[in-house]
Amino acid sequence: MSIDKDKIKHISKLARILVNETKIDALANDLNSIFKFIEKLNELDTDKVEPLSSILNEPLRLRSDEVTDGKIREKILANSPKKNEEFFVVPKVIE
Amino acid sequence: MSEISKKNLTEIVDLIKNKEIKSEEVTQSFITNINNDKKLNSFITNCSEVAIKKAKDFDKNPKLDTLLPGIPIAVKDLFCTDGVKTTAGSKMLENFIPSYESTITNNLWNEGAFLLGKLNCDEYAMGSSNETSFFGNVMNPIAENTVPGGSSGGSASALAADLTPVTIGTDTGGSIRQPASFTGTVGLKPTYGLCSRWGIVAFASSLDQAGPMTKTVSDCALMLEAMAGFDEKDSTSINKKKESYSKNLTDNIKGLKIGIPKEYRVDGMPKEIDQLWENGKKILKDSGAEIIDISLPNTKYALPTYYIVAPAEASSNLARYDGVKYGFRSSKGNNLIEMYENTRSEGFGDEVKRRILIGTYVLSSGYYDAYYIKAQKVRQLIKNDFDESFKTVDAILTPSTPSAAFKIAEKKDDPISMYLNDIFTVPVNLAGIPAISIPAGTDNNNYPLGLQLIGKPLDEQKLLNIAYAAEKKINFKQTLERWWER
Repeated sequence: MSIDKDKIKHISKLARILVNETKIDALANDLNSIFKFIEKLNELDTDKVEPLSSILNEPLRLRSDEVTDGKIREKILANSPKKNEEFFVVPKVIE
Repeated sequence: MSEISKKNLTEIVDLIKNKEIKSEEVTQSFITNINNDKKLNSFITNCSEVAIKKAKDFDKNPKLDTLLPGIPIAVKDLFCTDGVKTTAGSKMLENFIPSYESTITNNLWNEGAFLLGKLNCDEYAMGSSNETSFFGNVMNPIAENTVPGGSSGGSASALAADLTPVTIGTDTGGSIRQPASFTGTVGLKPTYGLCSRWGIVAFASSLDQAGPMTKTVSDCALMLEAMAGFDEKDSTSINKKKESYSKNLTDNIKGLKIGIPKEYRVDGMPKEIDQLWENGKKILKDSGAEIIDISLPNTKYALPTYYIVAPAEASSNLARYDGVKYGFRSSKGNNLIEMYENTRSEGFGDEVKRRILIGTYVLSSGYYDAYYIKAQKVRQLIKNDFDESFKTVDAILTPSTPSAAFKIAEKKDDPISMYLNDIFTVPVNLAGIPAISIPAGTDNNNYPLGLQLIGKPLDEQKLLNIAYAAEKKINFKQTLERWWER
């Protein structure tokens, strides 16, 4: 399998990462050599193996659904790159 | 340089507990070293001023019944620290100030320690040489223009150069053990779930684990004791009783069985590493352990598995960086989607973007079974290999890395040769088990080399004991010329 320009454009769209047109070829090269390395796994017959779902030997816990923090709106908003009083601001989404 | 900063953590703690030294003197000696450093670039944020204040506060009202009384500690810049910038080595978080403290750092502060600074690391912990950091390369104190390893490269460099008495790192595929090996220090990756992941910038959640990086095995035991513990805020935290690793540390390892996996003898491995390994076997045998040849047949599939699982988890974890609630935002783009795409394109470095793209691809429709599910099946086989071995042995001895530290830029343009650095460390993360790297010798450049001991889940005490016995017999000494102060 090889990764071409179109595939890179498709993945970068899914990942929401703009890839510069001039960098696509180099990236395709890197990814192809990495996937060649990864595809070594195909040597192994894993038909009868169950995929690992958790590395822990115990089941995941549930915690009680209680508010234990909060009331730090200003602290949270302080890290926002763009805000307006108590709101995060994003580019317009409705015409 | 002050003599205090050359001492290990256990010695400094004893001096403070015996009131032979004040926390302020200790803190000042490390600050002097930090200020004298002109080249290592191991710090991203220097917290000296606050640290001195905390030291003075401690001296006024010293609480001596803690594990880390009045000890200044610099930590990897992947741990969120309340009110102190936390960057993860990325432009994306260049100005991010958390409003909360990670559980691990909080545990350290509850034991009497305080923050000395935040240490450089590969961007989002993705790298093996600290060259992917937005804040620049870190140098290894063993030689100019040599990498300290990664991703906890700043941590390893600062520790080896006496800029912090101990430090903490995170290990997703070797990020504590490989830099420890490269700098002649001790690094432990605990069992998955022993140390809370809450408040650590996430890379690959099923592999990430925080651990201590120290000058000695005793220091490592003390630090692990302070760090470990159940945390309700981490859904994968293991609920078990706290252990006194430092109090129970012993070099009596008579009768323990140590496995030697034949698959770890790889082609082209330098002969010094082979000798180091042989020497390690001999030392453990002399200490009364029994050496047993074992097989971990799926070892060669560990790295390919890792390079599916880790990027897959990273692509999900890093989806949160969208330029809206925190972090960098690009000024380019005419609508929301374009703003996202430009933000992530400009905010992430090349290696991070490469891994997000790999992860997105292996999880995408039509490829998920062929890559991701396949990798999770092989991961099960790798775990089975260890489970099987641990039916007959107590621990496993291997080299920590296939080579000593290399020069800056030497491997930067070849991702595969960079990834191969982690060939001996990655299987441990996939299996969720603990492993420690201790300095054990040098190569022909006189660069340090480490040996790795791998243990059963939650068997850190035995692992530390074996490492302690080996450390005594190896008696590794490193004298550095402090060229970075010139």
